[in-house]
Amino acid sequence: MGQTLFDKVWDSHVIKKIDNGPDVLFIDRHMVHEVTSPVAFLGLKARKIKVLYPEKTFATADHNTPTRNQHMPVKDLLSKKQLEALEENAKQHKISYWGLGHEKNGIVHVIGPEHGITLPGATIVCGDSHTSTHGAFGAIAFGIGTSEVEMVLSTQCIMQPKPKKMRITVNGKLSNSVTPKDVALFIISKLSTSGATGYFVEYSGEVFSNMSMEGRMTVCNLSIEMGARGGMIAPDKKTFEYIKGREFTPKNDDWLRAMDYWKTLYTDHDALFDKEISFNGSLIEPMITYGTNPGMGISINEGIPNSDDQDGSKKTFLKSLEYMNYNEGDKIIGKNIDFVFLGSCTNGRIEDFRAFTKIVKGRKKAPNVTAWLVPGSHKVEKAIKEEGLLDILKDSGFELREPGCSACLAMNDDKIPTGKYAVSTSNRNFEGRQGPGSRTLLASPIVAAAAAITGKITDPRKL
Amino acid sequence: MGYDKFKILKSTAVPLAIENVDTDQIIPARFLKATERVGFGDNLFRDWKYKPNNKLKKNFVLNDDKYSGRILVGGKNFGSGSSREHAAWAIYDYGFRCVISSFFADIFKNNCLNIGVLPVQVSAKFLDIIFKEIYKNPKTLINVDLEQQTIKIEKTNFEENFEINEYKKNNLLNGYDDIDYLLNLKKSIKEFSNQTPL
Repeated sequence: MGQTLFDKVWDSHVIKKIDNGPDVLFIDRHMVHEVTSPVAFLGLKARKIKVLYPEKTFATADHNTPTRNQHMPVKDLLSKKQLEALEENAKQHKISYWGLGHEKNGIVHVIGPEHGITLPGATIVCGDSHTSTHGAFGAIAFGIGTSEVEMVLSTQCIMQPKPKKMRITVNGKLSNSVTPKDVALFIISKLSTSGATGYFVEYSGEVFSNMSMEGRMTVCNLSIEMGARGGMIAPDKKTFEYIKGREFTPKNDDWLRAMDYWKTLYTDHDALFDKEISFNGSLIEPMITYGTNPGMGISINEGIPNSDDQDGSKKTFLKSLEYMNYNEGDKIIGKNIDFVFLGSCTNGRIEDFRAFTKIVKGRKKAPNVTAWLVPGSHKVEKAIKEEGLLDILKDSGFELREPGCSACLAMNDDKIPTGKYAVSTSNRNFEGRQGPGSRTLLASPIVAAAAAITGKITDPRKL
Repeated sequence: MGYDKFKILKSTAVPLAIENVDTDQIIPARFLKATERVGFGDNLFRDWKYKPNNKLKKNFVLNDDKYSGRILVGGKNFGSGSSREHAAWAIYDYGFRCVISSFFADIFKNNCLNIGVLPVQVSAKFLDIIFKEIYKNPKTLINVDLEQQTIKIEKTNFEENFEINEYKKNNLLNGYDDIDYLLNLKKSIKEFSNQTPL
């Protein structure tokens, strides 16, 4: 019997199988940021050990960084201390460090692919659940806790039971204004936030093969929001073209050898999955969430569902609507909004800024809307300027901030105020996620752009 | 680093009958700025526990004197969301050593196991019974026996077995941790690394 893509990559990284226990998995690439790493480095200090393979770990500051005046000293003293700890730890352990202001700085899941750190067939971990992003390249990539960060720093391994395998196939042609974000929000709305827990997902079908690498990253990024540890897409010509020539990508003979291996990374036709799900991509509409988890999504012209039609508890569902101050049966279209956030590891790449700009071009931002446009990295920021997008955005009344995770998790000052509604291109609409009392509606960059122009939830096709 | 061994825990429990409790509720991101593992318990369920003016929200279960104990009982899909181990630390630091639910999010479950908090997955039916018994009598004792892999509601016949892999069970029973184990594999790790193309 054949193997799945996931089996091929996982099995080739197992150093030891423990009976009735986890596999010891070798990690090729480890990324660390300031928030989930300091306690891991303290652990190394307490054990009096060093990082085993410093060249396999990459450090960047992103979660806790300001998105304005990054050249100035960081005002928040706790944030400053955390950033300094990362810098110090990286220096002490000889880990490459791209701190605040560094030209390669940006959100960890944006800069990994940008610099060729993310490669097909690799195992990639980071103390961040959206590490699943890197699966877009045919890597096994998933988020880990701080204890596991310490494991990787000290031994380049983690201990994980092998997850079950799920394949999600989406065929058909996507309609106009339906983006990778909509495809992901649609799948999560069907599976719920726990529908893929215990599984590793492979996305297959023409919708994903037709998608750009940026789009695939958006889809894989959101795998965790249906509970999956990660999601991956078999590498193809687009993947190889994307990574070729990047800083950490193999060169010359190494490239040729790597290509020979990478071309074997696909699911064999007779391989079996523990679960198979398929959808018709042509039926997907622009999506938006109305509740407090990413599974609470509907197509933009639908009404908010009735609590009687929910699988979960009615109490939890109604608590969620109460938090949002929405009612069952309400139309989401036309609801007033206060903030728009374009950015994050989900939708903070150049393609997302192009899509947003295309909608707002020649139009003006609604006066009642505060818009935060935060590129995923300096590289993205540079491209926005070079491609002339910034001029268009400025003409429409928008300004650009400096890179970072920003309002996606609101650790820095970019907090949506209590009770305010934000259309956000990020990944989580949990209570208070974007600031205490904030109300988040997750959507694509296109839907976010339409909302920024009209000040209300608007179907971008009818703008 | 080791942690407290876990063998048998007999305790009253705190009922949090809400589904999809995510890690942003367990510990909001703005409390993740520490560089040491201290003080997270104070901010456990911060925004459910406190009003914006820092006054206690009386109707939240952690503020209800009736309920206490070293076991937290949560609704289905407990711990979804972020990989922040701070969520598990906050639960530990607050004083819980065991979380019971009918379903756990993956990373959260792993994080708990790695720091000595036992996640006990029970059937949906058993979870309902636990909630009912606690609401009926907040002094209800729950007995979690890791060696036997059983969970029992004291003074009743309600009992269920739970799953845990032998390796992790052994770690918890003895207070072992993964890094000590992995450090002993260093030779194999180095051999493996020398062969790996990346």
